[in-house]
Amino acid sequence: MVQDQTVSRPAPPIAAPVIPTAPATPAVPATPTLAGALTTRAPRSLWTDAWRQFRRNKLALLGAVYLVFLFFVGVFAPLISPHNPVQSDLQEAGRYRQAAWIETDDPSSTGTWSYPLGTDGNGRDVFSRLVYGTRISLVVGFIPMAVIMLIGIPIGLLAGFAGGRLDNTLMRVTDVVYAFPALLFFIIMQISFGDTAFGELLNGLVLLFITLSIINWTGVARLVRGQTLALKEKEFVEAARASGSDSVRLVARHILPNTLGTIIVAGAFVVPGAIIAEAVLTYLGIGLRPDVNLDAPFPTSWGQMIQAGQAAYRNQAWLLIAPSLAVAGITLAFTFVGDGLRDALDPREQF
Amino acid sequence: MGEFVLRRVLWVIPVIVTVAAVTFFLMYRAPGGPWDRDKELPAATLRSLNARFGLDKPLWVNPDEAAVRWQEGDRNPLWIARGYLDGRFPNYMIGVFQGDLGPSYASKGAENVQDLIARKFPVSAKLGLVAIIFAVVVGVPLGVIAALRQNTWVDYLSLTMSTVGVSVPTFVSGLLLLLFLSQTFSYSPIRSPEQWAGFGPSYLLPGIVLGLGTMSYIARLTRTSMLEIKRQDFVRTARAKGLNGQAVVNRHMLRNALIPIVTILGPAAADLVTGSIIIESIFGAPGLGREFVESIAKRDYSVIMGTAVFYAVLVAVANVVVDLSYGLVDPRIRFGR
Repeated sequence: MVQDQTVSRPAPPIAAPVIPTAPATPAVPATPTLAGALTTRAPRSLWTDAWRQFRRNKLALLGAVYLVFLFFVGVFAPLISPHNPVQSDLQEAGRYRQAAWIETDDPSSTGTWSYPLGTDGNGRDVFSRLVYGTRISLVVGFIPMAVIMLIGIPIGLLAGFAGGRLDNTLMRVTDVVYAFPALLFFIIMQISFGDTAFGELLNGLVLLFITLSIINWTGVARLVRGQTLALKEKEFVEAARASGSDSVRLVARHILPNTLGTIIVAGAFVVPGAIIAEAVLTYLGIGLRPDVNLDAPFPTSWGQMIQAGQAAYRNQAWLLIAPSLAVAGITLAFTFVGDGLRDALDPREQF
Repeated sequence: MGEFVLRRVLWVIPVIVTVAAVTFFLMYRAPGGPWDRDKELPAATLRSLNARFGLDKPLWVNPDEAAVRWQEGDRNPLWIARGYLDGRFPNYMIGVFQGDLGPSYASKGAENVQDLIARKFPVSAKLGLVAIIFAVVVGVPLGVIAALRQNTWVDYLSLTMSTVGVSVPTFVSGLLLLLFLSQTFSYSPIRSPEQWAGFGPSYLLPGIVLGLGTMSYIARLTRTSMLEIKRQDFVRTARAKGLNGQAVVNRHMLRNALIPIVTILGPAAADLVTGSIIIESIFGAPGLGREFVESIAKRDYSVIMGTAVFYAVLVAVANVVVDLSYGLVDPRIRFGR
């Protein structure tokens, strides 16, 4: 099994292939008296250490703060947006009002602060649409990630711990997934199911969740499998086994907690991938469909706005700039957070 | 070693089979057909079109065809078996391995998908070449300089640039760049077909945008591995021997630092393939990526299938080549047990 891993996809030779993080929970808890005798400060857990390390990384902190900010923007979108994101203002339709700080000679299209980022061709407020678009990006990023973790972690643990046929199947499946560029698969799934009743559920959100999950769980499963393979040879697992732990307890109490660091880091990179995939698919016109209900909770996405913006950016540049910057901002924030988490939780896996 | 190479190369076959089968069945069950028009075609036309392209055949096996061949008196078992397998799925799979991806329905069968790919792919390949050259030629020096001047403004600038490049998707950076150029320099991406024919300056901007992600990744990777190597004993030894700095960097450090970069060329191939789908549409390059997007709108299922299979083969082969090249680049890596 070890041989299989090095052969099918050799890791960069400089960085060692799979390095487990320091055991989070010692197999045999150190007696407090002994610890107290040896050190003057209270023992710090891996998580406290990680948090200290993470806090020191200013960019990661900035990214985390921005993501929390976006979360609140998404939740309180109705309170923040000055206009309804779906309703056209007939006075504004077809005028392409510019962003507030851009002045034109024509009073009907010059910028005004009642439309901070101007209006689109239908006379809808770009700023309000941008605010509501936050919701889709967050939902599309986090829900597939949750599904991916729920599928990938158990399968990875099982494959790594039990080995055998499941392990072989998993490796073969991931090999195929590696060869099939994800975006191509997403596109084909959207074409195949996009026009069915199931594909139209929640304007295509459900289909998008499933599509994103089908491909990405394999990566997490493979990662967890590799960690499990390395961890189950460790002394502390052996010690736990010797002191009578059964397999379930071994996996749940000793192996899983030690893979969490890697899993969290992987999660931080899965989310922006899903957000980008949604934006790309919708930009290509096969992702989410626009909602015309005035009280729709998810009326538009940044991908839709980019698509519309590209068609009309000569009339109103911020139609394109605003959603593009929004996508760039959220992916950048996730990279900062992901880098910070990796430095904090997985110090030896530098890349 | 030989066994490993053979196994690795042969592994491409089941991958292609799986990809082709998944694509086929997803497209098979997709709603609507290639003959959907605003005005419905007459039933007789539909029937003859379906018959001409074999769309009226059963999905899996075709016992009727086998029976016909048997009655015709030919007893060649291969010929009969092929008749039995004259279903749409077996036909497609056999076609894939013969390099026959079927007719393009949008062209009413005037052009085969493989010919379409042969006609369109060169533009994509040239874009990919520009992207890879840009990624390596800019990414490696950026990473090296950043590592040598660690924690100076050069390092921070390079790190910021590459972090932005890694995280921001190319379709966003491409669109923003295009917007910026068109507003400040009245740049227009529109090119005549002749300008795409050769290997002219038209390829420069879309190629660079396509390579941005890979370039940034290479820069980050180079920086990390250079930083690690900087502290190795053999580098200190080389310096202690009195070698000048340039020689140490070029001959001792860079040579080792570049090994990990080979490992990302496989994923980079997939990146370039999916990137080119978007970039070609944005910049109007008449390549395979744009053809793919257009065939989605036209519901030209055979082109969608064929292109997906072609891309998957491309990525699978790139991965094999990269895997096999590890041993060449780094003698420390041995294949096999």
